[in-house]
Amino acid sequence: MYAEVPQVPEEITDPDARDVDRVFMKANPDGPAPEAWFHVFGCRRWSYLTRDRATDTWL
Amino acid sequence: MNEFVEKRVRLTWHDPKPSYDVVIIGGGGHGLSTAYHLARRHGITNVAVLERGYIGSGNSGRNTTVIRANYGIPESVRFYQHSLELYQQLEEETGRWIMHAEKGLLWLIHSEAGVRGEKRRALVNTAAGAETEFLTPGEVKTLIPEIDLDGGGNEYPVMGASYHLRAATARHDRVVWALAEGAMDAGVVVHQRTAVTGIQMSGDRVTGVHTDQGFIGAGMVVSAVGGQVTTICDMVGLRMPIISHPLQAYVTNHYQQSFPHIVGSVELPFYVSQTARGEMLIGAEYERAPSYSYRSTFDLLAGCSAKAMAYLPFLTDMRILRQWAGVCDISPDASPIMGETPVDGFLVSTGWGTWGFKAIPAGGEQMAQLISSGETPDLIAPFSYDRFANDRIMADAGSAGTH
Repeated sequence: MYAEVPQVPEEITDPDARDVDRVFMKANPDGPAPEAWFHVFGCRRWSYLTRDRATDTWL
Repeated sequence: MNEFVEKRVRLTWHDPKPSYDVVIIGGGGHGLSTAYHLARRHGITNVAVLERGYIGSGNSGRNTTVIRANYGIPESVRFYQHSLELYQQLEEETGRWIMHAEKGLLWLIHSEAGVRGEKRRALVNTAAGAETEFLTPGEVKTLIPEIDLDGGGNEYPVMGASYHLRAATARHDRVVWALAEGAMDAGVVVHQRTAVTGIQMSGDRVTGVHTDQGFIGAGMVVSAVGGQVTTICDMVGLRMPIISHPLQAYVTNHYQQSFPHIVGSVELPFYVSQTARGEMLIGAEYERAPSYSYRSTFDLLAGCSAKAMAYLPFLTDMRILRQWAGVCDISPDASPIMGETPVDGFLVSTGWGTWGFKAIPAGGEQMAQLISSGETPDLIAPFSYDRFANDRIMADAGSAGTH
């Protein structure tokens, strides 16, 4: 199980707009992406990893 | 190109003009449908469609070709039903054969909650203009004699199904070409092998696109790409609620019997239909981890086949010919995002996830209506970009058919 770590752009200053961005908007890069992974069937701990989404390989 | 080839290859290539009134990024179904309807319904022909590969090389050429309207919320049922009806007359309208075949679609369920869900679907569909009934297991067996209702003795026997009568299939690349030829015959220009590398803004307004063939000015830019919408929207600084996931599918050799219906199980999931060549076309869920990889995996092949074979044992004897993937732009509510954006002169048709093929005629028609009139049509107003900020999400993930 993975999650995209939300990174609201600094340019967005309005608090409501920041909330909308944090909840809905995604970086979805075609390249390296910082992600949080949870080891479900193993140690059951979170790791912060970088994966290249263009090729689906670990970096 | 010699005369023989030119007569058959209707597209003619020429250099882009310095500018067009409308530039559409993405030469797939939605981009070409938008161009087609702009030209045919509104007489707007100073339009260029830019495609980085060849037309239909993206998701429009990679889907499992199902046309249906059996969604869970009235707004979606109405929109997809309209598209289904446009598909029914697309051959007559374009004069092109798209191998359209009405088949009916059965969605099997395997739980009490599923029974309630599909009965509800039948009611919502019928109320909003789509024809769907609930079937008992016996009625499912009558329609599909090959089915094993016990799933080979697994924990998920078929407890019923919703039956969407007017669901159909059509040959996907024929649809792309029918719309492309229809648009070009009306004066629209399609530039293949032209990748957009940037979008020019003047203040807050879009004024043109940078491509690997040079700059092209535009009165308006429409993004109709699949699998690269974030990249395009980044060019205008527009944040999108999209995560892109690969979706695989595969096809077998031809099954010698006629398999007239489309069958799927949303709960497991898997879905199966027979192509015009008699092959069995099979698909299931998109990759859990988002990426832009077009890789096919044995995992999908094995997992999806196990489910499909449990209910349709004749598949055990089939040989798999081909497997492929597309990259799907998944929205938070499994509903598309169409229309205006906060960026002046920049429109989007995106968030088509795993549900875009069925919407090609209506998606393009409605976007063309918006571009022509400047007003968002009622049919697509629920799917606006600003619905997320306005707490009006169109949540219907249970109807996407994949997950």
